[in-house]
Amino acid sequence: MSIEVNGRKTDWVENESVKKLLTRIKYTFPLVVVKINDKLVLRKNFDKTIIPDKSKIDVIHMISGG
Amino acid sequence: MISNKNKKYDYIKNILSNSIVGIAGLGGLGSNAAIALTRLGIGNLVLIDYDIVEKENLNRQYYFLDQIGMNKIDAMKENIKKINPNVKLTLHKKRLKKGSISTYFKKVDVIIEALDDARIKTEFIEEILLKLPKKPIVAASGVTGYENPDRIKTKKLGKLYLVQDDLALSTDEDMLYAPRVCIMANWEANLAVEVILSDKI
Repeated sequence: MSIEVNGRKTDWVENESVKKLLTRIKYTFPLVVVKINDKLVLRKNFDKTIIPDKSKIDVIHMISGG
Repeated sequence: MISNKNKKYDYIKNILSNSIVGIAGLGGLGSNAAIALTRLGIGNLVLIDYDIVEKENLNRQYYFLDQIGMNKIDAMKENIKKINPNVKLTLHKKRLKKGSISTYFKKVDVIIEALDDARIKTEFIEEILLKLPKKPIVAASGVTGYENPDRIKTKKLGKLYLVQDDLALSTDEDMLYAPRVCIMANWEANLAVEVILSDKI
């Protein structure tokens, strides 16, 4: 049972929220856009959205400058 | 005799002149992307910015000394028209407001995110992905510095095309330099064209 985060395989943890996953993989950037299986997860829903097994997750973080 | 190359060129030119690109922000990324798209022959641009041209902008943004104090929207219109007076411009002298961001981009073929602050960039992308899920959006992250330009790459996530250097610092920690900013601005413009032409060639 595993998930893929930004192309890298990692363990799937039962009942893990997006917020918990980001902490577990030490993704500490505050301003991120998260997609699970190409579906956007709003930031306000990070702590109540549970990661399903075999998910493909993309996390992008935006850096100031433009 | 008309060569295939010329036929292809005319075909592309026609598509581009009928295309609409929306650009959010006319700073380092937006001003340079707008000029690249103008030179390329994009026929319609939707531009949004609330800011005025300052002297400090001239080290990377596509404005001139005699435009200091002007609204960026007006200055950009002037600069675009000097290159091609036929580009149709839809101009919004406004600050983007959370919740109504998508309204400006409903009719465009591609959206270019050319904002500055990370929080606003994130909110912008989130709102577009949520409210206009079928609309291609090109964004950029990691614009500072001058080292390691070969770290820049495109990350494609569905309709989101991100030009990024994951390891670049933020503007709180590093400077913005013209070459790097222009690389990323032109990369965004190039991606916009790639998206427009992708299903037509």
